[in-house]
Amino acid sequence: MTSTLGKDLLAIEPLTADQIRLILDTAEPFKEISERAIKKVPALRGSTVVNLFFEPSTRTRISFEFAEKRLSADTVNVASSGSSVSKGETLVDTARNLEAMRIDMVVIRHGESGAAQFLAERIESTVINAGDGTHEHPTQGLLDLLTLRDHFGDLRGVRVCICGDVLHSRVARSNIWGLQKLGAEVAVCGPRSLLPNAIAEFGVKVFDRIDAAMEWAQALNVLRLQLERMTAGYIPSLREYNRVFGVTSERLARLKNRLIILHPGPMNRGVEIDSDVADGPHSVILNQVTNGVAVRMAVLYLLAGGRPELAEAAKSGAVRADR
Amino acid sequence: MPDASTQSSTVLLDSRAVERTLKRMADAIVELNEGTAGLMLVGIQRRGVQLADRLATFMKASEGSAPRRGALDITLYRDDLQTVGPRPVVGPTDIPGIIDGSIVVIVDDVLYTGRTVRAALDELADFGRPARIALAVLVDRGGRELPIHADVVGKRVDLAPEQRVDVLVEELDGRDAVVVVTPSRGGGSGGGPA
Repeated sequence: MTSTLGKDLLAIEPLTADQIRLILDTAEPFKEISERAIKKVPALRGSTVVNLFFEPSTRTRISFEFAEKRLSADTVNVASSGSSVSKGETLVDTARNLEAMRIDMVVIRHGESGAAQFLAERIESTVINAGDGTHEHPTQGLLDLLTLRDHFGDLRGVRVCICGDVLHSRVARSNIWGLQKLGAEVAVCGPRSLLPNAIAEFGVKVFDRIDAAMEWAQALNVLRLQLERMTAGYIPSLREYNRVFGVTSERLARLKNRLIILHPGPMNRGVEIDSDVADGPHSVILNQVTNGVAVRMAVLYLLAGGRPELAEAAKSGAVRADR
Repeated sequence: MPDASTQSSTVLLDSRAVERTLKRMADAIVELNEGTAGLMLVGIQRRGVQLADRLATFMKASEGSAPRRGALDITLYRDDLQTVGPRPVVGPTDIPGIIDGSIVVIVDDVLYTGRTVRAALDELADFGRPARIALAVLVDRGGRELPIHADVVGKRVDLAPEQRVDVLVEELDGRDAVVVVTPSRGGGSGGGPA
């Protein structure tokens, strides 16, 4: 298989700015397909995609499934519970068995950082990372970039602050890489206990106070407090967190500048973000969800790649350009 | 694609001829539809879109009202999508309003194998059920591989498979022209069946 993106999409970090722009540009015409009465094009007809989710996910899994179905791919969902994974089968064995059934792509969500790459190195099918541990969640990063680009046009010089639980967030990493490659200025804001020790090495600005971050930023990407990943006492209490770092309507009302607010979901309303902010005019949270389907369609389309060997087989020229 | 040193170009239509041809095509479409009521011109990305705009301008001048216009990108409906190398760029599709019951005229620059039109028919069917679909092309160069024919043709020309027709439009290329490109010898690497 050949594709301008390579075999897999594992992370934003190794992508070039041109590759990111190609994905975002390709996502533009895909937005329109979801507005049609018949939301389906035949582009991936005959391709089989397996959604392999080892962690619970609603939004990402459904978004991928819509994207696959709207491109006419055949899809199979495998969740860790209720499959042989719960009987102790290894990741590679699961994937190799699926591959033996002649699949074309695997979309994988896994709790371990590096799981997607581990798989990609061991199977021939295309692998798309739908979130691996605290490493990356590239399609979420891409849909955030698309949503920001919809609003600002060009991301060069746009000031974006990623707020909250950066330590546990694969979304934060994908966002930082992607935003920097497209020329945005990136900052993070959160309690020191929820920022990686080596945060300075990312080349981002660090804010200790949310009010200062909101004054600086043109867009806030508010992260979910990942309570399920917090094994130690990172924060004193949720109420305390909301008081010090919550994006509240009072804080927004004090601002002179206008900013837009993103959240990768699912939200802890009243913790990292207030309900009336999430539902208010500053929020582009539902645009993110809509863009998620378009971006995933673009990634699937680009990675599905052409198979020139089929054209070779038809070498009498039966497949010639229509000009 | 052969480089410039191994190919020759012949102008089939210059800008004046393109304008006259489009004007005649606009009249023929109006004739076909007995006016512009219920008419929709759907240009195929890319140059069909600009040609549809020109046709609409001529119709407005002669009939007083311009027909509705749409744009169709057929990339995702191509029958060779599984075999082409790097993924082709997908352009915007925009079919405004409801097409059920309308007279839709597909507008494209060159009609060759007919595969683009086949894809366009499939895509239009996903938007609704027009009362009639017609086809208008600036150049019909022969060489059909599917049972497709055009209702309105600007210029008919018989070309060998290794020859290529380039339609230039001012909006994208800086000038209007139709040019036939012929490789000097041994060209046509993607050549068709004998």
